[in-house]
Amino acid sequence: MTKKQKSKLYRIIICIILMIVFMLLPVEGIVKFALLLIPYLIIGYDILIKAGKGIINRQPFDECFLMALATVGALIIAVTTGGDYLEAIAVMLFYQIGELFESYAVGKSRRSISELMDIRPDYANIETDGKLERVDPDEVEPGTVIVVQPGEKVPIDGIVTEGRSTLDTAALTGESLPRDVSEGDEVISGCINQSGLLKIRTTKEFGESTVSKILDLVENASSRKSRSEDFITRFARIYTPAVVFGALALAVFPPLINMLILSGDPAWISWIYRALTFLVISCPCALVISIPLSFFAGIGGASRDGILIKGSNYLEMLSKTKTVVFDKTGTLTKGVFEVVSVEPQGIEKDELISIAAAAEQYSSHPIAMTIKKADKSNVRKKAENIEELAGHGINAVIDGSRISVGNAKLMNMKGIKVPEYEGGGTVVYAAENDKYIGRIIISDVIKPTSAEAVKRLKTCGVTKTVMLTGDHSGAAKETAEKLKIDEVYYELLPSDKVEKTEELLAAKGRGETLVFVGDGINDAPVLSRADIGIAMGAMGSDAAIEAADIVLMDDDPVKLAKAIRISRKCLRIVKENIRVSIGIKLICLLLGALGIANMWIAIFADVGVMVLAVLNSIRCLFIKKL
Amino acid sequence: MKKTYKIEVDCANCASKMETAAKKTEGVKDAVVNYMTLKMKVEFEEGADPQEVMGRVLNACRKIEPDCEIFY
Repeated sequence: MTKKQKSKLYRIIICIILMIVFMLLPVEGIVKFALLLIPYLIIGYDILIKAGKGIINRQPFDECFLMALATVGALIIAVTTGGDYLEAIAVMLFYQIGELFESYAVGKSRRSISELMDIRPDYANIETDGKLERVDPDEVEPGTVIVVQPGEKVPIDGIVTEGRSTLDTAALTGESLPRDVSEGDEVISGCINQSGLLKIRTTKEFGESTVSKILDLVENASSRKSRSEDFITRFARIYTPAVVFGALALAVFPPLINMLILSGDPAWISWIYRALTFLVISCPCALVISIPLSFFAGIGGASRDGILIKGSNYLEMLSKTKTVVFDKTGTLTKGVFEVVSVEPQGIEKDELISIAAAAEQYSSHPIAMTIKKADKSNVRKKAENIEELAGHGINAVIDGSRISVGNAKLMNMKGIKVPEYEGGGTVVYAAENDKYIGRIIISDVIKPTSAEAVKRLKTCGVTKTVMLTGDHSGAAKETAEKLKIDEVYYELLPSDKVEKTEELLAAKGRGETLVFVGDGINDAPVLSRADIGIAMGAMGSDAAIEAADIVLMDDDPVKLAKAIRISRKCLRIVKENIRVSIGIKLICLLLGALGIANMWIAIFADVGVMVLAVLNSIRCLFIKKL
Repeated sequence: MKKTYKIEVDCANCASKMETAAKKTEGVKDAVVNYMTLKMKVEFEEGADPQEVMGRVLNACRKIEPDCEIFY
């Protein structure tokens, strides 16, 4: 508790004790009133002072002013009619308890959320004359060598110059998947060094490092306000004046009507009391606090899980996701090619691979690299007269035989008959002395969790999944079928992807959200064109963090469904808060106007509802089980 | 030019009132108050002196919320 909160707490306690003591004293009438004024002033003096300032500054709708007016009014009524003094004091007391609770709860959640995001490194070690010196990471220039001991956080992005170790990326991705690093590897800040001592040459300033960027992003996220927040702000702006004018009307018109038209008893006191009840309910704080608190908690909780959401508005939109558009490579697939099948004809599998690898040994084409990686033979065969035909393949002489390795075009050119192939992946044919000896199928590997991810999306309100890819139809359709994706568009150039996304945007219903998920590499235009762009596997990629609205730190597509679930939970809580708070307040206003609700009920409507709303908001933080 | 300032304010509604007041201040192009992180982000008009403008912003905010504080 802060000093301010503590002093308020003491005042509340003293006020309660004094109230009880004075109520038990055997005094009556004006003496009792005078005594009870003491706890009233103790608990409410600051409100009264602020109310005075409000009048001077011409702020008639200031909460303190309204609260002061209501309680002073109630006291006067109590004195003139010999009624209940306690009521006014209790209203002030509960109002203060509410304020204290609000500031305590908000402070507490503010702290616990910042703790969640506590990946900020406090220091960096620099070695000078054989001794380690702790310095502020802000002061470390790029190119400096820093030392990270086991158990410490990597403070700044850089490259390992000495040592090997395992890094824990849990703080960034939400999952503790240890990553081995050794000399020459890039490391990003925010990871925790687990085993060995590392020397790292920094490549960036602290402010430009991953950890700073993430912190900035999450901290600023709640500045981008959601539509719910805007709604509440607008509502609050008209709510207070409306209630005040309502109170005024209630105090004046019914008695006048009673007196002039019905020529009965004006009952001024009763109507003024009802009007004062209105003023007690006039503060919109419950609403105004609970909405940003919910979003803040949701964004904080999500960031702990490696889901960075750049703004409350995106969290809100994400909850209405109906269409999810995937980029294939790097998102649903690993983006790394692997040999998935070897189909030799007349020779051994290993023999086929090693011949192909030998022919391609000087090529740096990704397919050649993949085949070479798959070659397990100890000594690579010697290849002579290597001739590389761009877009076709390679001719070479190996062990005296003429070898051709390449695609169907090359085989066609040489007049070699090859069996038909229908299926996914890229096919590399091989021929020896113009005779077909087999083929190697190379394909991008689907991530193990992709199918599960698509399935889960369907359970959280997504009605259409789409895959966009530059691959040819066979590979694209096969992947889509395996993953049960509804629509697939293939052989697309990057610009076609934007066009397709626009078509899909036009096709979706109003108020529905289209999400595009990519790996952040060369799909920035689509990321920004979609309602929400999600970049995946962004650990360390500045470009992706920049272009996307939501960033998934690791490359597990299952996190997508989780992000949507978080947003839906958060929005559900926001809506509950809006409905319940406005509902209870309106009911209390109605009951107050009818004279059924007294000030006790009114103060519950004000403080009780706020407490409930704040507690409900904090639920947004708990997302582990989603 | 954009700058972020730390603020101190007790209630959410007051924070949103501060935002409105800051937006109306001369020399301020746009302002956002974030109650959760207790920060005020101010975008200044071109050629405005932040120090001087922030003085006016604080005055305007004090009028509606005497307790508030902006650290500039």
